[in-house]
Amino acid sequence: MPDDKRVAVLGAGMHPWGKWGRNFVEYGLAAAGDALDDAGIAWTDVQYVSGADTIRNGYPGFIAGATFAQALGWTGARVSSSYAACASGAQAVSNARAQILAGLCDVALVVGADTTPKGFFAPVGGDRKDDPDWLRFHLLGATNPTYFALYARRRMELFGATEEDFAAVKVKNARHGLENPYARYRKEVTTEEVLASPMVADPLRLLEICATSDGGAALVLTSMEFARRHAGTEDLVTIDGVSTITPRFPQTVIEMPNFSTDSSATASTPGPTFKQSVALAAYEEAGIGPEDVDLAEVYDLSSALELDWYEDIGLCKEGEAERLLRDGDTTVGGRVPVNPSGGLSCFGEAIPAQAIAQVCELVWQLRGQATGRQVEGAKVGITANQGLFGHGSSIIVAR
Amino acid sequence: MPQAKDRVPAVEGWFTLDADAPALLGSRCTSCGTFAFPKETYFCRNPECRSSEFEETELSRTGKVWSYTAAGYQPPKPYVSADPFVPFPIAAVELAAEQMVVMGQVVADVAVEDLSVGAEVELVLDTLYEDDDHEYLVWKWRPIAGGGSDA
Repeated sequence: MPDDKRVAVLGAGMHPWGKWGRNFVEYGLAAAGDALDDAGIAWTDVQYVSGADTIRNGYPGFIAGATFAQALGWTGARVSSSYAACASGAQAVSNARAQILAGLCDVALVVGADTTPKGFFAPVGGDRKDDPDWLRFHLLGATNPTYFALYARRRMELFGATEEDFAAVKVKNARHGLENPYARYRKEVTTEEVLASPMVADPLRLLEICATSDGGAALVLTSMEFARRHAGTEDLVTIDGVSTITPRFPQTVIEMPNFSTDSSATASTPGPTFKQSVALAAYEEAGIGPEDVDLAEVYDLSSALELDWYEDIGLCKEGEAERLLRDGDTTVGGRVPVNPSGGLSCFGEAIPAQAIAQVCELVWQLRGQATGRQVEGAKVGITANQGLFGHGSSIIVAR
Repeated sequence: MPQAKDRVPAVEGWFTLDADAPALLGSRCTSCGTFAFPKETYFCRNPECRSSEFEETELSRTGKVWSYTAAGYQPPKPYVSADPFVPFPIAAVELAAEQMVVMGQVVADVAVEDLSVGAEVELVLDTLYEDDDHEYLVWKWRPIAGGGSDA
């Protein structure tokens, strides 16, 4: 792949995920420090800071790039701050990459961190009757797991997925995350334990729905030329594709926080669904296909949603995800392991950090540094994720 | 005998208050015919249409279940929850004429086991929550007796 289409990942860093309620800046700084150390680059040499925003931590969260830049010490570096819900991290990566590929800078730092409240994510406060996110809670009591449950139930009825299949995703991911030092939950669970946990949004149970977490993740991205010079090698981990697409009309799958889908009554036959398009755009940029992928980190907001992703990123055809799971293909040691990090199942979601953390895991996997969960010989990985209100997020990392 | 409370919609202009045959109020683009719910007022969702004129239209009162769930945990505010909380079903329903899927709670006496993809449901009005003087109404889906599942 030509140098003007890709950037190098010189450093990756994370603060462990957990629930401490401390200032999100602290987590972001720790991750940024680790990423800079990993890259062997001084903060004062960073030319561009790309922050992924958090909306639950006041003004500093809305301007995360500047918040982290000030906390690291003002250097005059250029800055941007991005919000795209769960896809914020991918937007931050995309911004940094664009600056590098445009030749406007050589060294960029991408940081996202969050401190989350307990329990269900609730809408931003106030009496806001023109905000669909507020209204879906008020009029329907539709939480995020409500939407995950609609997808899960449909899998059961259309493809014969069972509650045991969904539980098996949780069991697999819990095992994957056991030795990941950054994971919040590092405990094996059994199918019986999953199926005995309380029903949150039928058919999804408490152990199958991702928690909300504190955490931080960071990457140091550079131009290829800088990376070769700095690292003294051609053997680099690179970002070959970044998808930050929006849906195409008509969007025929019900999505958070909407009350309805688009109407297809007057439109031509719909093409791929939004989630399918997200990965397709990343594959297209990278010039590869699903058959080239050695591992994937996907957004398992629920256990069942991970199965949807198998199909959406092209690991199998529609309706075949359960077979992939049951055959062990997506377990570490299998054909194409999914969520070797343990996924959201072991991390919980720290919104602006999550898409960045997915890339961190791929970087460590491709370098052979993922102790206890290593996918042997991995050369190409893909992340997939989707942010509220139509934000695609998929990143292809290669070595 | 306690005086009957005023029955008022929990949100203005989203559905008719016809007690027997209520309907959701959507919009239809006067240029390309695209439907929307809730109503669009200033832009058409069709990327090939620049119209900003819409007519209010009553959406199909019946449809088929696309998928369904039940809330087992109390949703956070601004949902006004019964005390104590009682789990409630929710369905996403496909409307044939509009070719769109619309969410709604399902009336309370329906269990998840009674629902299935493809089952026919109809729109009814039901109480979402109450205060001292008012009963706030919202649309809900109710299975049609004998409505088949042909998913």
